[in-house]
Amino acid sequence: MTVSEATLPGRPAGPLHRFRRRPAAVASLGLLLVIGILCLAAPLVARLLGTDAETIDLLGRLQPPSLAHPLGTDELGRDVLLRLLYGGRISLLVGLGGALIASAIGLVIGILSGWIGGLFDRVTMRITDAVIALPLLPLLIVLAAVDPLKLGLPAAFAGGAAASVLRIMVIVALFGWTTVARLARAATLSVKNREFVLAAHALGAPPGRILRVHVLPNVAAPVVVATTLSVGNVILAESVLSFLGLGIQPPLASWGTMLTNAQELMFGAPALALWPGLLIFLTVLTFNLMGDGLQEALDPRQSRHP
Amino acid sequence: MGRLLLRRGAETLLVLLLVSFLIYALIGLMPGDPIDLMLSADPRFTTADAARLKALYGLDRPLLERYFRWLQRALTGDFGYSRLYGQPVFAVIWPRLLNTLLLMGTSFLLALAIAIPAGILAAMRPRSLLDTVINLLAFAGFSVPSFWLSLMLIVLFAVVLGWLPAGGVASVGDGGLLDRLAYLVLPVAALTLLTAGTFLRFVRAAMIEALQEDHIRTARAKGCGAVRIVLAHALPNAMIPVVTVVALHFGALLSGALVVETVFSYLGMGKLIYDAILGNDYNLALAALLLGTALTLIANLLADIVYLELDPRIHDGL
Repeated sequence: MTVSEATLPGRPAGPLHRFRRRPAAVASLGLLLVIGILCLAAPLVARLLGTDAETIDLLGRLQPPSLAHPLGTDELGRDVLLRLLYGGRISLLVGLGGALIASAIGLVIGILSGWIGGLFDRVTMRITDAVIALPLLPLLIVLAAVDPLKLGLPAAFAGGAAASVLRIMVIVALFGWTTVARLARAATLSVKNREFVLAAHALGAPPGRILRVHVLPNVAAPVVVATTLSVGNVILAESVLSFLGLGIQPPLASWGTMLTNAQELMFGAPALALWPGLLIFLTVLTFNLMGDGLQEALDPRQSRHP
Repeated sequence: MGRLLLRRGAETLLVLLLVSFLIYALIGLMPGDPIDLMLSADPRFTTADAARLKALYGLDRPLLERYFRWLQRALTGDFGYSRLYGQPVFAVIWPRLLNTLLLMGTSFLLALAIAIPAGILAAMRPRSLLDTVINLLAFAGFSVPSFWLSLMLIVLFAVVLGWLPAGGVASVGDGGLLDRLAYLVLPVAALTLLTAGTFLRFVRAAMIEALQEDHIRTARAKGCGAVRIVLAHALPNAMIPVVTVVALHFGALLSGALVVETVFSYLGMGKLIYDAILGNDYNLALAALLLGTALTLIANLLADIVYLELDPRIHDGL
């Protein structure tokens, strides 16, 4: 879709134009870029401040904001701003990674059940319904509490803080694929019997090519929207699990784990509990508003905003 | 319709059975096991004792055999004893379940009381300033981390203002109604705020759709007032999908209650499940998780039934 097409009188505006018309979505994208870039630039900020996120200063504990520590220090005298930025890297990584894994699973399941149909479709959709119906958090807690060593997984995956990042992404993805699966299936079904697909069949195109060239582009729009919306949910799930002590393991920290420590000091230092939660809240909110704007932009007919 | 319900009921049972196996298998994979805990608690405990106890509890048998033995007893209503509390598991669970249902029920009703009028207002003028503000608040409601919202409520109302207790279910030495209510206020407020946003989006979407129906245009053309159109003509239709999605939200409500209870030390199912999992209380965790799953599945089944009852068009379709 070209720009000139969008400006033609009487023609519907292009996706970019429709997205730009939603101030909440545009503001969200901006805020998200700011948060993302700051988190990526954490080492730079550290050099600017002349300290790093791990430096413990027991004499300078729980200090109020100052020039050296713009957001003060925590219960071990570490710089709160730097810890927030490094924690944000983990939270965003898990959010994006988990949502992408979940979408990939959902995409494969959805397209296959829409394409193959029959018994395979019935069984996978029943499973999808069942997973949607389950109470999510208790099961996530059980899964997160599982000892990977008892599963016979190699110690590299089982132990260590870095492994906990990968593990949490996989766990969250195990329950997060259902929406994408449903959308992908519906989109596949809607194009499966259209003329251009039938024509491709008749011309002898192999199924792999038909799926890639004709089906995937039509499935993309709803899946992109659902993935954006699920990033927020994954970040929320990760933060809850980390808050309960079952997610990201120290010495790594995410916004969720920072809140665990802050809870114990809530009465003396409430500001410590304010910042990580506020960042989770803002990040999740921006992803949700952006998903909403994308839905409007990519699929105005199905959008719930007339 | 009867046949459809029978099929959905059978499916629900099958899902419950599968979940019970899944949870049973997963719980055995959590770090530590009860015998190890006994071992560390009693210095006179020998390896021979451990082996004997393992055989006694059947822990040396293969997973499937253990599961079927558990299932057999569970079907007769025997879910075993809680390791942490030393009581039959359901004696521990029932009072906790009542507390959780009280929390969930109150929050559910309050969330609806907020969401229905606000959702209608937003839907009446989509894209207006009022709609934008209400929508943003709704987005905030389902984007806020449940535990952080709970913490912030505690900081504000218990620490800074000192109006309400920070956590628990009742003051020591006082179990009066007012005292218990004071402990309910903050958890209920947290869960209500978390739920109302989602419900509001449901109501708004359903209302916007209902207001676009032909019979609404007819009513308008005949000079029917705006209030009457909304309340008498659109709302009943809009409530059909809302009832369904709200009932389907039971699982999410339970998840929310679990977190809120943990932060407020509210003695409900959520905190029980959390403590049981962390305390290696297999029997208790298993029964409590299954009960939560069963209740969620039943709520979903009810959603189907209500949907069928409310929408006459579906009867014709079957």
